[in-house]
Amino acid sequence: MKSLDIDIAVIGAGSAGLGAAIEAKKQGMDVLILERNDELGGITLQCIHNGFGLKIFKEDLTGPEYIQRFIDEAKELKIPYKLDTMVIEITEDKEIYAVNKKEGFLRIKAKAIILSMGCREKTRGAINIPGFRPAGIYTAGQAQRFVNIEGYIPGKTFVILGSGDIGMIMARRLTWLGCEVKAVVEIKSYVSGLIRNQVQCLEDYNIPLILNHTITKIHGKERVEGVTISSVDQNWDRIVDSDQYIECDSILLSVGLVPENELTTKAGAELSNNGGPIVDDNLETIMDGIFACGNVLQVHDLVDNVSEEAKRAGKNAAIYVKERYGKEQIKKDHIKIIPGINVGYVKPDYVNFSNLENLLHFHLRVKEPDRDVIIVIKEVNKIVYQRVRSFVIPSEMIEVRTKFKLEIISPNCRELKIEVLPVSLLEVLDEVG
Amino acid sequence: MSESSKKDKLSEDKKVIRCIVCPTGCEITAENVDGEVKIIGFGCKRGEEYAKEELFEPKRIVTATMRVEDGFLPIIPVRTEKPIPKESVFEIINELSSIKVKAPIKVGDILVENIHNLEVNVIASRDMPIKT
Ligand SMILES: Cc1cc2nc3c(=O)[nH]c(=O)nc-3n(C[C@H](O)[C@H](O)[C@H](O)COP(=O)(O)OP(=O)(O)OC[C@H]3O[C@@H](n4cnc5c(N)ncnc54)[C@H](O)[C@@H]3O)c2cc1C
Ligand code: SF4
Repeated sequence: MKSLDIDIAVIGAGSAGLGAAIEAKKQGMDVLILERNDELGGITLQCIHNGFGLKIFKEDLTGPEYIQRFIDEAKELKIPYKLDTMVIEITEDKEIYAVNKKEGFLRIKAKAIILSMGCREKTRGAINIPGFRPAGIYTAGQAQRFVNIEGYIPGKTFVILGSGDIGMIMARRLTWLGCEVKAVVEIKSYVSGLIRNQVQCLEDYNIPLILNHTITKIHGKERVEGVTISSVDQNWDRIVDSDQYIECDSILLSVGLVPENELTTKAGAELSNNGGPIVDDNLETIMDGIFACGNVLQVHDLVDNVSEEAKRAGKNAAIYVKERYGKEQIKKDHIKIIPGINVGYVKPDYVNFSNLENLLHFHLRVKEPDRDVIIVIKEVNKIVYQRVRSFVIPSEMIEVRTKFKLEIISPNCRELKIEVLPVSLLEVLDEVG
Repeated sequence: MSESSKKDKLSEDKKVIRCIVCPTGCEITAENVDGEVKIIGFGCKRGEEYAKEELFEPKRIVTATMRVEDGFLPIIPVRTEKPIPKESVFEIINELSSIKVKAPIKVGDILVENIHNLEVNVIASRDMPIKT
């Protein structure tokens, strides 16, 4: 078996992996990127629509254009990479096992590892119905790959289940290609993706968006021939006599993404409730020297945020190699960050006490849409941060950037809670407290 | 009647536009009031400007794929350099699907010049190396 020793191994070469590798290399590290696909770039290669890079480059780029800039920079910096190389295991002492056709089995010993494997599409439980599984059912991302990379259109008439961004973007793409998208069917009472996509991908082309509905039957034995959709009540239970038949030859599932973390758990890192690894404000998992960034940590809606997160991971991994690797690890003085009212999850899960005065980046998603809210961070009942927002929705990740003054936070603070409260509720609390 | 006010006429009596400039998603309404267009419901100036553009000259960037000869992949993603009038979107896409380009291609290369005389070029969205 071929063996290699390096400073930092980066697993996955999407926007997260490339961004992290570039930063680590700039910090003087000996870096190696491992990618299972046959080219660098990750998911953005198939996102041929525009809307990327508005924050970082102040330009409206397509996915491939955005990622090309990072691919070019990685090549200029001569960062070594291995394509068609699948990482199959990471051990607790940071040994990586990978396979590729040319070299067979590889063992790579790294001082630090950056996890950037991205996410995968949910399918299980999306259509919970017994019976046949005819051909013609795809995830929206699979269909996107067929159409935008392989150059093949997988059907003629479509029903899309779920109103995630990829599904809506595919609805427009397929319409442009002459296919008919009969409907986008969403079980919730609001759209799961961005409003921009609802307006520019569905409303622009009069594609019906059917809320509070789901597919309850798929017709066809060999190939999909149609679907029955039914309306659901507040508990997502089917309402009797609400069935409608829609003829179609294909179904796309766009029901959400989950971080891809099999390798992470094998390495001993624990996951939190969003499916991504538990990390501190250095983006380090509970395993010393193993960092995470991009969709493997939390599903992002903006690639610019991925690149920003990746840069921090690359930098912190380099600091780890220079300052902490091979030394006895000091006990971490962690403050736990707890998701409170209307917060689905928050990253990071911990903040180091000694980093409180540095600029901290919190990312969170609300559970339910709301208007006129206040985002607060509390130590027990004392508010240590607050910001008003006119509108929040689960599909838009909320970013909170702040530094804390040490006088505000008590020296034995162990927990900070982050909440998204209606402004009115806060006024009530004020009166009581 | 001046040139601009002729253009600034609504075909319908009332039109609702959902602003996409920020996540608030204000519903902006444009109404014909005594021959003049009145725009209400925007939360800020940026929304008002967006609504005006959507009403009088809606434009979109077109992203599509073109077939490639000798490429690492059979197709290449492309886009219009600038937004084009919304009503031209379909004809542009149809035209692009009928043209074949030859690898190698670099990101930003002009693949179709001045498409449909719109004074907009179609450019490559990525590098496309030759098939090896
Ligand atoms: C369909 C879609 C549309 C989007 N649209 C927009 C948009 O309009 N604007 C915007 O700003 N953002 C958009 N985004 C968000 C943004 O592009 C992504 O969140 C971001 O690119 C994710 O980067 P990543 O590196 O974390 O993941 P990925 O790009 O998925 O990269 C992960 C890489 O890891 C590799 N990998 C995984 N497991 C292994 C393994 N075991 N061994 C080796 N390699 C492995 C994969 O092959 C892949 O290349 C969109 C995302 C999607 C999915
Ligand atoms: S009008 Fe202003 S506040 Fe309202 S959605 Fe548009 S940009 Fe946002």
